[in-house]
Amino acid sequence: MENLVQIALQNVNLAAIMPSLVLVCFGMGLLLINVFLPRGTTRPAVWISLVGIVVTAVVTVQGWGNPQYGFSDAVALDNFATFFNVTFLLAAALTILMSDDYLRREGYAVNEYYPLILFTTAGAMWMASGTDMMTIFLGLEVMSISLYVLAGFFRGQSASNEAGLKYFLLGAFSTGFLLYGMALIYGVTGSTRLTEIGAYLNSHSSLLANPMTLAGLVLLSIGFLFKLGAAPFHMWTPDVYQGAPTPVTAFMSAGPKAAAFAAFLRTLEYCFFGLKPEWSAMLWVLAVLTMTVGNVIAISQTNIKRMLAYSSISHAGYALVGLVAANEIGYSGVLFYMLAYTFMNIGAFAVLILVGKQGEENLTLEGFAGLGYKRPLLGVAMSVFLFALMGLPPTAGFAGKFYIFAGAVKAGYIWLAIIGVLNSAVSLYYYLRVMVYMYFRDPTEDYAWISLPVSVLATIILAVIGCLYLGILPNEVMAMAKTAIF
Amino acid sequence: METIFFYLVALVAVVSGFLVVRCQSPVNSALALVNTFFCLAVFYVMLYAPFMAAIQVIVYAGAIMVLILFVIMLLNLGTEARKRYTHGVVWAAIASLLVLVNVVFFIKRGRVTGAEGDITDYLIKTEGHTELIGKALYTEFLLPFEIASILLLVAIVGAVILAKKDV
Repeated sequence: MENLVQIALQNVNLAAIMPSLVLVCFGMGLLLINVFLPRGTTRPAVWISLVGIVVTAVVTVQGWGNPQYGFSDAVALDNFATFFNVTFLLAAALTILMSDDYLRREGYAVNEYYPLILFTTAGAMWMASGTDMMTIFLGLEVMSISLYVLAGFFRGQSASNEAGLKYFLLGAFSTGFLLYGMALIYGVTGSTRLTEIGAYLNSHSSLLANPMTLAGLVLLSIGFLFKLGAAPFHMWTPDVYQGAPTPVTAFMSAGPKAAAFAAFLRTLEYCFFGLKPEWSAMLWVLAVLTMTVGNVIAISQTNIKRMLAYSSISHAGYALVGLVAANEIGYSGVLFYMLAYTFMNIGAFAVLILVGKQGEENLTLEGFAGLGYKRPLLGVAMSVFLFALMGLPPTAGFAGKFYIFAGAVKAGYIWLAIIGVLNSAVSLYYYLRVMVYMYFRDPTEDYAWISLPVSVLATIILAVIGCLYLGILPNEVMAMAKTAIF
Repeated sequence: METIFFYLVALVAVVSGFLVVRCQSPVNSALALVNTFFCLAVFYVMLYAPFMAAIQVIVYAGAIMVLILFVIMLLNLGTEARKRYTHGVVWAAIASLLVLVNVVFFIKRGRVTGAEGDITDYLIKTEGHTELIGKALYTEFLLPFEIASILLLVAIVGAVILAKKDV
């Protein structure tokens, strides 16, 4: 027996991964339970996954103000991670609530959908709390692979197949960039721990001019920018968002996008604070490009789902402004904005689900004609979400954009803030057009097919409350976001 | 001697990589891919990473290639797969060349300056490669290692969902 190598399991701190641990346990348990559920019975899976999310949320919230580190610094459950984890959990919960009836309607009531959502969320959590490049990378892969499957979930529909395949191929390609960047950074610094990389680069200032460091930074950024759908790496977004099942699209544009922001922000701030001028300049260009490309192309869209896909590109651009600002208010603005965007975007997609019929998504602008009169409550809810997406007070979108642009101005990026505001003005056009159709066009249909299932109603009500609460009383959450950044 | 050997293997690797893309028949492409994998294994040996070389041969050149060949033969690809996809090939060539030039430039100019770790040559000689990798996996990289198992689970579940006729 003396040949056995003794390994001390030092530094195992389960508290540092508790939220993702609970979530993964629920996901795996659900996979097992699904085997014993009769075909077509989805309610238990919905309930169990929701209970899992609530339990995880309770565990997560307890970690606030009580940072936990563990696994020899591979993971840090600090306030930053906790804030993002809450965002992911909200996105997952709202998505699950609105999925069941939609999946049933389209004939894909498959229980494995729910564990996959839970695994995606767990992957996002590892990205937000990872302080080691390996943790971040594997979290990203868990998240992405679940999403590839979810995007192609409607196997009988060619659009969904295309979405899944396209996302998979391009996602794998972008992961290659990310890994190459990580490898180069590892070569330069000899470590995969973010803090050690930062310390090494800082103590050897000649390394900052080493072309390999710069190449690593650029390749790493490409990998993250792809995941958050920034121009010029946004080509996959419209097709994938349009082809994927609507709840998946809603989830994808909220949770995983926030996760990419979280990992990107932490990597930039922990590893590359010495190169701030360089990456600020790079992201300045990309932020302007992303905002403009998203908004300008969204104008010419007549399909609302595709329009929201382009609008989600432009929203990634607004959030990038906060990264460029790279100060307290800019960073916390990004955190706030991602939370706000979760509410407004998922809410808008929930309304889209209700307006559709079986097998006929009904996503053209004409499909919304007169909706505001025939279905006043839905019309009001959609208006709230659209106002939030436009960034008008008193909604969450206004507060979020205000903080981000304030951060940019404070950091001296006046022009960036002006371009951002001008872009918001452009976006008024295509969001308002939906409202014009809802309220100023005579209804061509009576919308009698719209039933209002309790679960979807709950999604919409929660999203409206979120949009208005964050819009009217943003200070409390913003103060939390400020304590969440490093 | 070692340099000549390196360039020889590198040439084979690049040519086989080119053939993977150019071959008409998918089976030929797959065989060219095996060749590339073996060349990579040789590089690992030359970099004094025997464990990686063994894994490369067992996992990539062995298991994964068998799977790829199985899939190709089971699918019985018709004429569709033999069509050449030359859409936008010029732009792709220009872009790849630019990336190549960039990468070569940065790596030529850059220096690998990583801090020397705890794993010294002496330790590798006394303890052995595989033991050290195993130790690192179960101590320093325990969490990523465990996450990888979830990753595989998710991939299996996903493959079953997408491939099964009616779930």
